[in-house]
Amino acid sequence: MKLLVCIKQVPDLESRFKPAADGLWFDENDLAWRLNEYDEYAVEQAVQLKEQLGGEAELTVLSIGPDRVVEAIKKALAMGADKAVHVQDIAAHQKDPWQIASTIAAYAGEQGFDLIFTGMQSQDRGSAQVGVLVAELLGLASATTLVGFSYADGVVQAKRELEGGMKGLVNLRLPALVTCQLGLNTPRYPTLPNIMKAKKKEIRPIPVAELLREEPLAPTTSFYAPARKGGGLVLEGEPSETALKLVNILKEKTAVLR
Amino acid sequence: MKALLVCEVREGKLLDSSYELMTFADRLGAEKVAVLVGSEGTAPQFDGRVYLVDAATLGEYNPAAHKAAVLAAVAKEEPDYVVLCHSSYGWDLAPRVAAALKVGQVTEIVAIADGGFEVGCCNAKMRRQVKPAGARAVLTVQAGAFAAAPPQGAPRIEQLEVSADGQGLTFKGYEPAEAKAVDLARAEIIVSAGRGIGKKDNVAVIEALAKAFGGELGASRPVVDAGWVDHSRQVGTTGQTVSPKLYVACGISGAIQHLAGMKKSDFVVAINKDKDAPIGEVADVLVVADVLQFAPVLTAALQK
Ligand SMILES: Cc1cc2nc3c(=O)[nH]c(=O)nc-3n(C[C@H](O)[C@H](O)[C@H](O)COP(=O)(O)OP(=O)(O)OC[C@H]3O[C@@H](n4cnc5c(N)ncnc54)[C@H](O)[C@@H]3O)c2cc1C
Repeated sequence: MKLLVCIKQVPDLESRFKPAADGLWFDENDLAWRLNEYDEYAVEQAVQLKEQLGGEAELTVLSIGPDRVVEAIKKALAMGADKAVHVQDIAAHQKDPWQIASTIAAYAGEQGFDLIFTGMQSQDRGSAQVGVLVAELLGLASATTLVGFSYADGVVQAKRELEGGMKGLVNLRLPALVTCQLGLNTPRYPTLPNIMKAKKKEIRPIPVAELLREEPLAPTTSFYAPARKGGGLVLEGEPSETALKLVNILKEKTAVLR
Repeated sequence: MKALLVCEVREGKLLDSSYELMTFADRLGAEKVAVLVGSEGTAPQFDGRVYLVDAATLGEYNPAAHKAAVLAAVAKEEPDYVVLCHSSYGWDLAPRVAAALKVGQVTEIVAIADGGFEVGCCNAKMRRQVKPAGARAVLTVQAGAFAAAPPQGAPRIEQLEVSADGQGLTFKGYEPAEAKAVDLARAEIIVSAGRGIGKKDNVAVIEALAKAFGGELGASRPVVDAGWVDHSRQVGTTGQTVSPKLYVACGISGAIQHLAGMKKSDFVVAINKDKDAPIGEVADVLVVADVLQFAPVLTAALQK
């Protein structure tokens, strides 16, 4: 069985963001990068399935972006993916979800994957479109927001998370695509031997121009910090003083502390 | 301008969020036409046309068939925008419709900007403005960003016949939410632990603070997913909706899905080492501090 997992590298969200010179996305200087959290669940689920299937499965990981995304690819390889594709694109951040999905579909369409995993969304852009668009472009069954996954005999049994803690139960016949939600599993930490093994795995570079044929359908026209309401009080400083100040405010402003 | 509003039915009931779409369309100044997979009784109440596709034949979740239903209504109405709620239904269906029409999609709109739409990004720390390239677009609207319009009027219902198979997907039914061990909805004070507390052992620090306040322990989702705190204490869209007199968010960034569960709190205190954390937007007091250092000091101050 051929498995694909699509991953994105995103900045640490505790960072401070400021617009880049073009005013369309953030300035990348001084950011720490990591594997998109939702994609970690996707990688883990794909690796678990590969383990379940034993020798007959091959897991490819794909990421689009500049050279730095190889770090995220290496993490997925160290978690257990067999090989990787790096779609080289220094301007990936300017592409809209349609272009990203088209690029992935152009690669995946030739490979005939049985099951594709993506995160339900990226942590930075949060468009929640790419997975489903890839499935639609390839004509695959797909389900989003998985918090439960099992596989047997060509059928994925999935649990979709709905609002308020309710779940929707769906079966997907392969070939299919699923998008993974927080809490689907517990992603493993790559062990040192696996990190070493990953160094020998193939990362195939493909220039984005070989795959992308589409113009954006939903381009970003500006990027900025939201206007702060700024109503709240900010307390900083020595904890014991701040704590006393806070207690006094709570006594004054709320009915719960006397 | 015309907006086709894709209303949402679950377990035979129209979801209230469908009326948020009405408000959104009014804000756009668009004519409203609705489409839903449901039954007569689930049609939204407004003065306009509703395309009704029978849920008894299509089922409540069958993305390929629901896509076909929306596309059938699009073919009849030629709307400028197809609008859905950004919900588990909407974010699943929207890209399917966008792909079929080959038009752009704008996800989780929080505001209408001149000629475009505003969406949050980077965990609500930043915003983008997006302008769809073509004349038509698919939009999803952030839950709660546009207050629900009151139901009023009588729709003119037109049945649509749609047939489509599941494209390899079969819906097997719903699994109800787990029974709640604690009813946070009744708590007057909630002190919640977020991922910022770092590890399971530190839950005790937040628990001690909750106790000093005489309140209940709550949690954000990653803390629950990691198994540090029971799911029944999760606050947010997929947890509980709470409205205590005091909500103390410890090491919680303030993602929209968390805010959705706690923004009705009377008074919000956030303890976060990041002054820019979006929780600051809803906090009456933001204490910029390491919560592991600050919480014990606050606990002691409360015990005095
Ligand atoms: C469909 C869907 C449904 C969801 N439902 C929910 C839900 O019901 N409830 C929910 O909570 N989330 C939900 N989420 C997840 C949500 O998007 C966020 O991922 C989550 O709320 C983040 O939790 P957090 O704030 O604890 O962690 P993070 O976002 O990681 O934030 C941690 C915060 O702690 C601060 N911090 C770190 N260390 C310290 C320290 N030592 N002292 C003080 N502060 C520190 C950081 O500055 C940061 O602001 C949902 C997501 C999706 C996609």
